[in-house]
Amino acid sequence: MSDVHIIGAGIHRFGRTPELTGLEQGAFAVRQALASTGLDWADMQFAYGGSDAAGKADTMVAELGLTGIQFINVANGCATGGSAMFGAYVTIKSGEFDLGVAVGFDKHPPGAFDPKPAEWGLPEWYGDTGLMLTTQFFAMKIQRYMAMHGIGTGTLAAVAEKAFANGALTDHAWRRQPLSAEEILSSQMVSDPLTKYMFCSPAEGAVALIFASEKKARELGLPSVKLRAAAVRSRPPGSFEVFSPALDIERGPSPTVIASTAAYEMAGVGPEDIDIAQLQDTESGAEVMHMAENGFCADGEQEAWIAEGRTRIGGRLPVNTDGGCLACGEPIGASGLRQVFENYMQLTGRAGARQVGGNPRLGYSHVYGAPGVSAIAILER
Amino acid sequence: MPHHPPPIDDRLLSLDASGRPTLHAGRDRQSGRLVFPPPADHSRFALEPLPREGRLWSWTVQRFRPKSPPYAGPEAFKPYAVGYVALGDQIIVEARLTGAPLDGYKIDMPVVLVGEAFELADGSRRTTFAFAPGGMAA
Repeated sequence: MSDVHIIGAGIHRFGRTPELTGLEQGAFAVRQALASTGLDWADMQFAYGGSDAAGKADTMVAELGLTGIQFINVANGCATGGSAMFGAYVTIKSGEFDLGVAVGFDKHPPGAFDPKPAEWGLPEWYGDTGLMLTTQFFAMKIQRYMAMHGIGTGTLAAVAEKAFANGALTDHAWRRQPLSAEEILSSQMVSDPLTKYMFCSPAEGAVALIFASEKKARELGLPSVKLRAAAVRSRPPGSFEVFSPALDIERGPSPTVIASTAAYEMAGVGPEDIDIAQLQDTESGAEVMHMAENGFCADGEQEAWIAEGRTRIGGRLPVNTDGGCLACGEPIGASGLRQVFENYMQLTGRAGARQVGGNPRLGYSHVYGAPGVSAIAILER
Repeated sequence: MPHHPPPIDDRLLSLDASGRPTLHAGRDRQSGRLVFPPPADHSRFALEPLPREGRLWSWTVQRFRPKSPPYAGPEAFKPYAVGYVALGDQIIVEARLTGAPLDGYKIDMPVVLVGEAFELADGSRRTTFAFAPGGMAA
């Protein structure tokens, strides 16, 4: 069993790129990742890749080179990127190969997603009558959470304000214009209590990461981080998920809680050891709730944490240092790998204007999505 | 006697002669777990009526017209409230909310099941289910 390292990373800017397909953005990210290491596509022994809505990842060999590489497509909804990374992780850990790539990309049309009930095992009336919207789920989850744990709308606005401030410092971000808390609160109400600027939007973008065994990473002598944990978990009984016509009266934990617990155990560290975190922020309330679900604070403590700026760059636990989904948008297949990319850049000291000080050692990333899946990675410098 | 459009789904929702609605769930014959909407498999799930009264567990307002498909409502759009309603100690059900201003809903308020006319894009009418403030004493 080998330790698993990330030795290179590439990204295609998130947002809107009309002149490139999603696949082309994926290939762009792979070439950039390779360039960052000085390695060649022909050196790659395996690849995992996927998108939710932008095509089959393995067709990018036409552009990258017909080397006969083992290329496995991954389709796992919002955890597609996280699952591609898990594939790379176990492939290297098992000793099967010692050098490979994980790539995620996507390209969604503007506006909310338009799911088909049958594909989610749901009856037609659920979609017909206007109940099948991810935005409603997020709004109702945070609405109840705020009432139970004393969180105010000012905290939701502060999370979005931080996201756009960080996005302004980030080359790969989509929305790079800082917005005041006042502008965020007074923007159009979308699903109460969430306004337009508290929601992320479907977008485009791509990320590629190069993985190597401990031995290979040493041989190559590149700046590298160790992947201490990679865990993907689906939902336990009693969780509250997107597209649920009903919930069990007996409430239970979320998939995030069980994925997070598993990841801490794999890494042999706890939330108090983490220096920097990228948490799923589909909307600003999600970041608030995910701070607690990932063990960083107790329910309700977010109000004080955020008021004191503890999650800002320069705070005790910087969260979503590149502006997260709020500033980068959410290309589903790429989003989870963007978080890992950001931790890699931060831990190797190459995050530029948004670099977290104090030489962060442990970076935590968490992606969550429908129909109740979470993927966690913990990186160590 | 007033005419009531047919239910949006026959297994889910029944209407008596006066148009009073009943929602149905499926009781897993083995585990006893209540499942909503009721699955079609009769051998595994027994159809069971749900309580008509409950308390609002959470809510929001749908302020933009959802994409079609899947949304089958008319092109002209009016924002509507949706929520989750805890029905006794049985189950928490997602539904449209009606009978109050859009900012008139509060977590824990007592609500009661009502039928609500729903017009499909082709102009045909159905009865769907919603919850309105009222019912058990607050």
